[in-house]
Amino acid sequence: MESNVGRYIAKRLLSLIPVLFGVSLIVFFLVRLIPGSALQMYLGTQVEATAEQMVELKRIFGEDRPVLVLYVEWLGRLLQGDFGISLRTGREVLPDILSRLPLSLELTVMALLIALLFGIPQGILASLKRNPFVDVLNRVVGLLGLSLPQFWLAALMVLFFSGFRGWIPMGNYVGFFQDPLRNIQMLLLPSLAIGIGLAAVIMRYTRNSMLEVLEMDYIRTARAKGLRKRSVIFGHALKNAILPVITVAGFNTGYLLGGAIVIEEVFALPGMGRLALYAIYQRDYPVIQGIVLVIAAIFVLVNLATDLIYAMADPRIRLDDSGRKS
Amino acid sequence: MIPRRLAKNGIALTGIVIVSLYIIVILVSFFWLPFDPVKIDADHLLEEPSLKTGHIFGTDEFGRDILSRIMKGSLVSLVISLSATTMGALIGVTMGIWAGYLGGRWDNWIMRIADIIFAFPSLLLAIFVMAILGEKTWNVVIAIGIVYIPQFARISRGAILSVKTNEFVRAARSNGASAIFILYRHLLPNILVPIIVQVSLALSVSILLESSLSFLGLGIQPPWPSWGNMLSSARKVMVLAPWTAIYPGFAIVFLVLGFNLLGDGLRDILDPRLKNVG
Repeated sequence: MESNVGRYIAKRLLSLIPVLFGVSLIVFFLVRLIPGSALQMYLGTQVEATAEQMVELKRIFGEDRPVLVLYVEWLGRLLQGDFGISLRTGREVLPDILSRLPLSLELTVMALLIALLFGIPQGILASLKRNPFVDVLNRVVGLLGLSLPQFWLAALMVLFFSGFRGWIPMGNYVGFFQDPLRNIQMLLLPSLAIGIGLAAVIMRYTRNSMLEVLEMDYIRTARAKGLRKRSVIFGHALKNAILPVITVAGFNTGYLLGGAIVIEEVFALPGMGRLALYAIYQRDYPVIQGIVLVIAAIFVLVNLATDLIYAMADPRIRLDDSGRKS
Repeated sequence: MIPRRLAKNGIALTGIVIVSLYIIVILVSFFWLPFDPVKIDADHLLEEPSLKTGHIFGTDEFGRDILSRIMKGSLVSLVISLSATTMGALIGVTMGIWAGYLGGRWDNWIMRIADIIFAFPSLLLAIFVMAILGEKTWNVVIAIGIVYIPQFARISRGAILSVKTNEFVRAARSNGASAIFILYRHLLPNILVPIIVQVSLALSVSILLESSLSFLGLGIQPPWPSWGNMLSSARKVMVLAPWTAIYPGFAIVFLVLGFNLLGDGLRDILDPRLKNVG
């Protein structure tokens, strides 16, 4: 049993390597599809270079070597934490990304918490109060959650809360460690905009999962033993029903992270998303590459963690990946 | 048989009605629009919705009629989401069914590629592809279509695995049928159900992706209207003129909801095993 879980974890960890390798290949070669070389783009804003400077620049930008060599060099530097230098600011890419990562992650985590805190209790309630009207309402609310564009919700929030000073984080963003309360207050609306749609989806999954579990024999046995309804629901049913819900939540982190990128733009928050958009408008490819790599790595790790939580919680470890949604 | 069950399924029917309404709007917009959706009208800037002026959804910061722009934008949204979904489905299903049918090393390689695409969150992947290809309308289709490849590949591979061990496959093979014939003539029709359901869900997501891209300035470029870029330009003026932000958003929500209702209802009808899940 134990060794089974261990082997499963090892297997999943190993399977990360080709995926991350593939991600790096895609990120590297897609960027090279862009017409015009990085050197031309760099020179576009600079004065004329002398012949010697050109040779040196060509060496720095790798135009004197084959593309595969460049890829291997690039990968080697990545592994040492060197993500290259921004074409616009001349600064190192990785520290810039890392300084903005906490805000985006905080938004994602807060959005996830909001989704779980709203979604799970509502889902349990819905599974207990069944009648045709509530069932349809639930379904429609769940689908509506899938249908709401996060950036539109955010815009509406800006509209409705623009009279309340301090709730819309504009201009001076306050970090969590500077002033935690103020920070959470500022991020509340943005994370609501990101997470509320997922809350509706989680509600629906919780309800369906609860209904499935409540029909099982061991629940009937527990009820027949004379246990109180409350203890059956929370002690027996919820414990098993929650597992698929956690999986759905985990696999939707990518959706939340993507949401964070857009929402940062709406609320003018200085996170990774804004950095990414700025880099895209400026055609600053090293920065774009770095951000895509970092987010993809986080996404892959979160998916892995979700799989592992599932595997450890469910003794029947399902080895296929069919539960993915995003 | 299926049409009758569709008619009886309230959820799917509502979805069909909503989507049909949009199709009617598009058809109407070919022949008639209340106002010119791109012409700037300096006399009617940010006019609030009113029956008297004829601008029933109001006008934007260039004096353009919001309703006309929403109508024009529905064509863009639907065409892009249909094309992107078709592209993702064609490539993904082809990859998935061959991976599932051939098995072994082929399966491994094909699905690895799908796994790698799947390692990017969808919106990020679409943004990344747009950043590289540049902001052209057809690039939006490619950027969104790529997102669906792994999803369709996984679903169709799984479905092929569950039907390929059937007797009729062995019978066809012993009759000397080729792999292509077996796959497309015998197996594909048997796995259409999960693919159709996925198509309608993909349609809904691609409307959201397109509007997000356009909202960020990476999708459909102004002055051509799309719901996303309308919302984008509304941001600057929406506190003064909320209607510029409210109506295009509703246009997105209802169409996406329509596809979601349709997909959900179709799943009930086509896949009775999931019926009780509701």
